[in-house]
Amino acid sequence: MPALLEIRGLTVEFATSRGTLRAVDHVDMDVAEGEVLGVVGESGSGKSVSMLALMGLLGSNAKLTADRLAFAGTDLLTLTPRQRRKLVGKDVAMIFQEPTTSLNPCFTVGFQIVEALKEHMGGTRKWRRDRAVELLTLVGIPDPGARLNAFPHQLSGGMNQRVMIAMAIACQPRLLIADEPTTALDVTIQAQILELLTRLQRQHNMAMVLITHDMAVVSETAQRVQVMYAGQLVETRSADELFTRPRHPYTAALLSSLPEHAERRARLATIPGLVPGIGDRPVGCLFSPRCAYATDRCRGERPALYRDPEGLARCFYPLDDSGRPEGVAA
Amino acid sequence: MTVVMEAKGVRRYYEVRKGMLAKPAVVRAVDGVSFTLEAGKTLAIVGESGCGKSSLARVLAMLEQPTDGELLIDGLPTLAQEPDRRVKLRRAVQMVFQNPYGSLNPRHTVGRILEEPLEINTDLSREARAEAARAILARVGLRPEAYGRYPHMFSGGQRQRIAIARALMLNPRVVIADEPVSALDISIQGQILNLLMDLQDELQLAYVFVSHDLGVVHHIADEVMVMYLGRPVEHGETSLLFDRPAHPYTRALLGSRPRIQTGDKTPRKTLSGELPSPLRPPPGCAFHQRCTFATELCMRDRPELRQVEGRAVACHHAETVLAAAA
Repeated sequence: MPALLEIRGLTVEFATSRGTLRAVDHVDMDVAEGEVLGVVGESGSGKSVSMLALMGLLGSNAKLTADRLAFAGTDLLTLTPRQRRKLVGKDVAMIFQEPTTSLNPCFTVGFQIVEALKEHMGGTRKWRRDRAVELLTLVGIPDPGARLNAFPHQLSGGMNQRVMIAMAIACQPRLLIADEPTTALDVTIQAQILELLTRLQRQHNMAMVLITHDMAVVSETAQRVQVMYAGQLVETRSADELFTRPRHPYTAALLSSLPEHAERRARLATIPGLVPGIGDRPVGCLFSPRCAYATDRCRGERPALYRDPEGLARCFYPLDDSGRPEGVAA
Repeated sequence: MTVVMEAKGVRRYYEVRKGMLAKPAVVRAVDGVSFTLEAGKTLAIVGESGCGKSSLARVLAMLEQPTDGELLIDGLPTLAQEPDRRVKLRRAVQMVFQNPYGSLNPRHTVGRILEEPLEINTDLSREARAEAARAILARVGLRPEAYGRYPHMFSGGQRQRIAIARALMLNPRVVIADEPVSALDISIQGQILNLLMDLQDELQLAYVFVSHDLGVVHHIADEVMVMYLGRPVEHGETSLLFDRPAHPYTRALLGSRPRIQTGDKTPRKTLSGELPSPLRPPPGCAFHQRCTFATELCMRDRPELRQVEGRAVACHHAETVLAAAA
C-alpha cells in the first residue's frame, strides 16, 4: 500500500541564544492509509516538533530541512503557504494536549467549528450549522444544539477535547495527528476520549499519528510504534513486538521503569542521568551515557538505524529475545 | 505504631458568589473526611479532578482551616492551639507540589530556598543553616554545586528533588505530596518515587499522596482513599481495594486505567458521563447517575460509610458489587 504520509530525513533546528538546537534529527516516518502509528518519547525527544513541522506550525526561529515530506503523493516542501493551508486543516488535522487553551476563549465552540467548515467546505450557512450539530453528536456531546452557543470556559476539559476532535474531523481528514490528546484529562475521561478516537478512526478509515508518553495508551491503540530519543528515531516496529520484545536498550529501559512492572514497594528500575541538552550531545550514540550496555564503540561512533526481521533499531548491540544485548560479553 | 495525623470529619466549604443579590452558593469541596495516619505509612487520596483531593491536601497541610471537623497532628488538635503552638505544629507537616517549575522561587538560589524554612522557624546560625542545607542536598541526590545555583538551571526531576529537600528541612512527621510525579517523564518518575520510598524508610515519614495515577498509587501506598465529589466513597488497604473494589466508582476507576496489552486487546471498561457540578450535587448518592448498580434507593438516600469486608465503603450495594466481581 502506498504511504499516505512519507517523511524522509526530517530535521528541525532552532536558533537559540545558546547556539543551534537540533530538535529533530533526520527522522523518517511512514503512515499508511487507515493506520494508527504511536510515537512515544520523553519530553524533548522531538515527537511534537516533528509533527508541528509537518503541519507548518513552527515559529520563525525554526529551520526545517527534509529529503522528502509528502502527503498522499503531494510534495509539501514545494507548496506555497496558501496551497499548504488548503491541505492542512482539511486532509490533515491535529488535536492538542490542552483543549482549554487550544480553543479561542472569545468565540463560541459553534463558531469555531463552523469556521473550519467555511474555510474548507463552503456550503450554506444552514448546512454548516447542521453539520456542526451532527459533528457534536458524533463526538458524544449531549444536547449539541445548545452547546454550539457555549464558550470553551463553560465546558469541562473532556467536553472541550470533544469539541477539538469535532473541529479536527469536520472536513473528514485522511490523517489525524493527536498530540497527547488525553494527558490533561482524568483517567475515566481519558478512556472515553480514546474510545471515541479509535471509533472515529475505524469508521472513517482515517490514519492517525498518536503522540504520547503513556506506554499503556500506545499499546492499546496503535498498530505500529516509533520510539524517539533526543530528536532521533531509535526504534520502530509493530506494537505487539515492541512491547513483548523491545530491541533498543532505551525502549527496554522505559518499559521496565513503569511501576506496573515492579513488585509493590520495590525500588523501580530507573534510567540514570538525563536526556542530552543543547551543549552536551555525545559524540557517539545519543543514549550511550545512560545505557547499561554501552561499549567504547557506542561512545565513539553514532549507530545508524539497523534493520532486523521485525523493524528498525538504532543500536550496535540490539537486545535479543531474552533481553540481553547481542555481541556484548556479559 | 504512633499516629502522626488524624482527621475527624474534616469539612471544607467555599462560598461562591452568584451576583449581588443572589444568596452565595456553597461548594462542599471536602465533606466529612476521617482517617488516621501512622509514622512510616502512606495514605493515597485518589479521584478525578474536582473531587476535592487538593482542597483536602491544603487543609491537611494547615494552609487552610477546616470549616468543620478536627485535624490532629501528633495527637494535638490544630484548631485549639495557641498561635505559637500552632506554628510549631505546622512545622510537622510539609508539602511537595505538583509543578516543580512553579513552586520554587526563580530569584533565589537553591541554598536560600532550603535555608528559608530554618531562618523563619529556628534560631540556627548562618553556618549551621548552610550545613543543614548541604547535608539535605546530598541526601536527595544532588551535587554540592547545586547550593549556589538557581532553579532554572535544573531539570524537572532535579527541581522536584529540591522541592522534596525543602520539605524535609524542618524534620517533618508528615509530607503531603500533591501529584509529585505527574509532571515528570517516566524515567524520572521512577527516580523520584524511589527517593520518596528511601526517605520514608529512613526517616519514618508519613505521606499523604494525592494522585490520579493508579499505577503509582498501587506501587507506593499502604492505604487508599477514593474520593468522589468531596466525600470518601471507599477507604482501605491498597491491595484490598485494587483486588476487590467494593464501590462501583473504585471499580470504574480501576477499569478505565490504561494497561500495556499485546495480542488480543480487551477494551477498557469506560465510565459514562462526567463528575456532576459541585454547585448542584445530585440528591442521594452523588455517583448514581453514572453507576450501573444504581437503584431507586440510590437516587433517594445518600449512603454513609460502613464496614464491608475489611474496608469502609459508601454504597448501598457494596455486597452486590463484590459478588458481581467474584
